[in-house]
Amino acid sequence: MLVELFFFYFAAAVIGLSLMVITRKNPVHSVLWMLLLFFHIAGLYLMLNAEMMAAIQLIVYAGAILVLFLFVVLLLDLKKEIGEEQYVGVWPTGVAVAVALFTLLLIMTRSFVAGPHGNITIERVRELSHPGVVGRAMFTEYLFPFEVASLVLLVAVIGAIILAKKRIKE
Amino acid sequence: MGAIDTLLLIVGVVIKLVVVFAVAMLHVAYATYFERKVIAHMQIRLGPMEVGWHGLLQPIADGVKLLFKEDVIPAKADRYVFMIAPMICFFAATSSLVVFPFFEGFNLGPYHVGGALANINIGLLFVLAMSSLGAYGVVMAGWASNSKYAFLGGLRSSAQVISYEISLGLSLVGVMMLAGSLNLTDIVHAQERAGMWNFIPQFLGFSIFCIAALAETNRTPFDLPEAESELVAGYFTEYTGFRFALFFLAEYMGMLIMAALGTVCFLGGWNPIPGLEKIIPGGVWWFLVKVYTLFFMYYWVRTTLPRYRYDQLMSLGWKVMIPIALANIFLTGLWKVYFA
Repeated sequence: MLVELFFFYFAAAVIGLSLMVITRKNPVHSVLWMLLLFFHIAGLYLMLNAEMMAAIQLIVYAGAILVLFLFVVLLLDLKKEIGEEQYVGVWPTGVAVAVALFTLLLIMTRSFVAGPHGNITIERVRELSHPGVVGRAMFTEYLFPFEVASLVLLVAVIGAIILAKKRIKE
Repeated sequence: MGAIDTLLLIVGVVIKLVVVFAVAMLHVAYATYFERKVIAHMQIRLGPMEVGWHGLLQPIADGVKLLFKEDVIPAKADRYVFMIAPMICFFAATSSLVVFPFFEGFNLGPYHVGGALANINIGLLFVLAMSSLGAYGVVMAGWASNSKYAFLGGLRSSAQVISYEISLGLSLVGVMMLAGSLNLTDIVHAQERAGMWNFIPQFLGFSIFCIAALAETNRTPFDLPEAESELVAGYFTEYTGFRFALFFLAEYMGMLIMAALGTVCFLGGWNPIPGLEKIIPGGVWWFLVKVYTLFFMYYWVRTTLPRYRYDQLMSLGWKVMIPIALANIFLTGLWKVYFA
């Protein structure tokens, strides 16, 4: 009972906060609502006993990515931004597509089948702790995708440095 | 679990929360007194002497004064963000308190009272997550004040906090590797088992941690966000009364959190200094002694060093601290593979 109550609170809050994010005229306010949104998503993760995911959600999204958003937004000319028309002309089309997608997903949930159980059971998670299980899976079973992802990130870092570097005049 | 057990659990948690919060606030208040006294004596002055015996009631007088001041909100400020910003700062600093183990824990009848409010497996990550949220309060305060001093202070502070958070997190990775856990209680127990506190094998990590903690809490020599000679008071220039006090409390609470983190991760938590366990057994008093030692270091550094320039701060953070922290992780890994 209590669990359902919490779930409905978090789910409703996530939807409500998302609407607040996209309807605010002031982008700084949007970013702040989004911060609250990230907290509620972390709450949903906690309800799934995914404490590690909740912490990562806060550190990476709330602590790093959103701060960068905020930096970009702070550089905007807010006085001009607030005076402007908020949505582009084609928004009814966007809403129609979104509603269609939502209906499609709703229909698809009826044919949902639970996947086969993997070797990481609840007992194993209890035994090794959540970060332990994630770490083991990442560095044994999924080592190759993990390394590929690191390489992609490294390329992005080098690219960012080259773009930001001042051109030295000869 | 029956309804009565649930009720007892909730009541117990609330009582513990109130006790920890009240005690921490008192320590924060007296950390300001301690700071003024230490700095005064280092500069051959007396410091606060008038209110109470040797100025002991000074923090309370300061608090009362700030409470009764007028609360001014600038006319062109973004009202709601301006009001929320100090609360974000204070909340982000205070919420980390729940995961710290202050002592071993004891049995009260059939119930076990843990040394931490919440003994969670991701304690260290939780502290890092919460400390990264403090940047929002600062940058929002700077932006919402609609003042160029505050705005520059806010921008400086957030850039600094983000840069030094990386080396702070990396310096703690060595501790996680030695303990094999992110749980703060387990980290203390691992040091107990090893018979050696982490600051000896992790001396590189400990040095990086201490420097990054100074930058993370905006203390001298990294107090550029509040550089009074150029930016008045930085991001809280426009704040008065109790909202100003909230920023002040958040800063000192942040120092307390960093000192507690250093105590737990590097100085053996509540364990006594080897050789002294017969005279004074381990407990919360040892924890406090270590926290105040680290506090004293903050003040010592403040009286000794001048402020860094902004580009020096950035190049120190990115070109020196992060490479050393990464090297420390590598060395710890080698040590674990070959010796442990």
